[in-house]
Amino acid sequence: MTDTETDTTDRSTPPPGAALLATGRRVFAESRLAMLGLAITLGVIVTAVFAPVIAPYDPTAQNIAEAQLLAPSLEHPMGTDQLGRDVFSRVLYGAQLSLQVGIIAVGVAIAAGVPLGLIAGFYGGYVDEAVMRTMDVLFSFPAILLAIAMVAILGQSTLNVMLAIGITYTPIFARVTRSGVLSVREETFVDAARAIGDTNASILARDILPNVVAPIIVQATVSLAFAILAESALSFLGLGTPPPDPSWGRMLSNSRNFLQTAPWTAVFPGLAIMVTILGFNFLGDGLRDTLDPQNETEQGGSI
Amino acid sequence: MGYGTYVLKRLLLIVPILFGVSVISFGALQLLPGGPVEAAFGTRANAELVEQLREQYGLNRPVYVQYLDWITDIVFDLDFGQSIRTEREISELLATSLPVTIWVAASGALVSVIIGIPAGIVSAVNHYEPEDYAATFLAFLGLSVPNFFLGLVLILLFSLYVPIFPSSGFVSPLEDPVEGIRHLVLPAVTVGTAISAVVMRMMRSSLLEVFSEEYIRTARAKGLSRALVTNKHAVKNALIPTVTVIGLNFGYLLGGVVIVEQIFAIPGLGRLTLTAITTREYRVLQASLLVIAFMFAVVNLATDLLYAYLDPRIKYD
Repeated sequence: MTDTETDTTDRSTPPPGAALLATGRRVFAESRLAMLGLAITLGVIVTAVFAPVIAPYDPTAQNIAEAQLLAPSLEHPMGTDQLGRDVFSRVLYGAQLSLQVGIIAVGVAIAAGVPLGLIAGFYGGYVDEAVMRTMDVLFSFPAILLAIAMVAILGQSTLNVMLAIGITYTPIFARVTRSGVLSVREETFVDAARAIGDTNASILARDILPNVVAPIIVQATVSLAFAILAESALSFLGLGTPPPDPSWGRMLSNSRNFLQTAPWTAVFPGLAIMVTILGFNFLGDGLRDTLDPQNETEQGGSI
Repeated sequence: MGYGTYVLKRLLLIVPILFGVSVISFGALQLLPGGPVEAAFGTRANAELVEQLREQYGLNRPVYVQYLDWITDIVFDLDFGQSIRTEREISELLATSLPVTIWVAASGALVSVIIGIPAGIVSAVNHYEPEDYAATFLAFLGLSVPNFFLGLVLILLFSLYVPIFPSSGFVSPLEDPVEGIRHLVLPAVTVGTAISAVVMRMMRSSLLEVFSEEYIRTARAKGLSRALVTNKHAVKNALIPTVTVIGLNFGYLLGGVVIVEQIFAIPGLGRLTLTAITTREYRVLQASLLVIAFMFAVVNLATDLLYAYLDPRIKYD
């Protein structure tokens, strides 16, 4: 068939990319919180990317003899740890690791959760029940505990940490996507697509998915914060990224033995996690206010 | 659908969930290479001994038989089997650690209410005033500070620099109220801070919603003071969704408890779980996962039922 091409151009609403860009601009114009969040997030990304340039020392270079647990100074702005490693350099490289784990984990969750949600919402009935009840079961474990158990089973490695966190957050994306699908499934443009003989796959990809992108983006931002937090928590418990890679969580865990004598080994990685999470939370909250307004509960007046 | 039918339906819905949870808790162990005996004793274990233990624990039977055996013992006799390594009854381990975890979780929830509700009220009453922005910013801070970092900072400040509270251990408040509470303060604040931020934001937004209702305007129009209307009418109604949000965050709370028990060396379910992982005691791990997920499911159910009971406007579907 040759006329399918004209078909698509005829009924296509503005390209999703352009609409997204426009709403994106609106988000940051309207919300100062989102702006601050974006600034922090970009800061963390830049830090991660340029860690090798900024870091004054090799993050894994030990110097127990001369530089063990030194207080912050000009040479070591954040002091040194129990093996004489420069805390500042380790915090910088830690950003790299955190972002990497966070992004891949959320990627796994999206790659698994979004198709599941699309299928469940679109086909309904038994398919819906089967998919969503399975998600409910995964949801019945506290997130961090599920991740802990999965790392314990899969074995401790950075890859398994990403997988474990990704699977843990899959149900959230399935739910968000499904409820988005349900709200557009009965719309006229879906009926129209069906009437002209589009396949289910094409309707899902071209008509439904673009309409559920906004809540997925919001969820992804918030989940990124949780994923980074989860990696730190796992590493703190000794189940996360194996040494010698500098993970903020493990730096904190190691600092417990020197808390009183060398508090800087705890404070700086801790602040790094906190600021990063704060950035993503601000960003996610601002995005939610603009992209996903029906989720907003903060209406009402005052007395 | 009436409330009775709704309760029944929710009770029935929890059955497949609990079944799934039990399958996952049990099945996870089966994925391990070698199985629980090798996991507990290592690959260098005497082959004869391994075989003998597998026989003793019935591990050479088909997986579904093992599962049925396991789950029926738990459901009918509360018998979780024995720890392969220490040969202690797992039900005893659970019985000693579960109350500890409940103490920590409950005191964490209490802290979240003590901080979150007044902060939410201040924020809503001073809507879009500096107080509101300050409270909202603090809430974001509370949400963003990892509990394991907060715990360390609290230990540093209140156990090491100014030694007011102990940095580790647990004493049951039922046996020794003073020591018990002293031991619970830092863990409770560590767990409760993040939830208090959620509580504060929920209290704020539901209070704002209540403020816009007709009966509040009527009360104000009658000449009742702002403080009286807030305290007597609005807060009470705004509490319903706020209490629910604590229930909804119970999983988060439990997750926090797992970490906090590790930081403060508290012998609860979380520590039992983590110790089971490091010592590769997978039978204990199965049992503790099941118990934690069970608690979580029951609290979720109770939250839903309570919410439906408290708010008659809810449509049951």
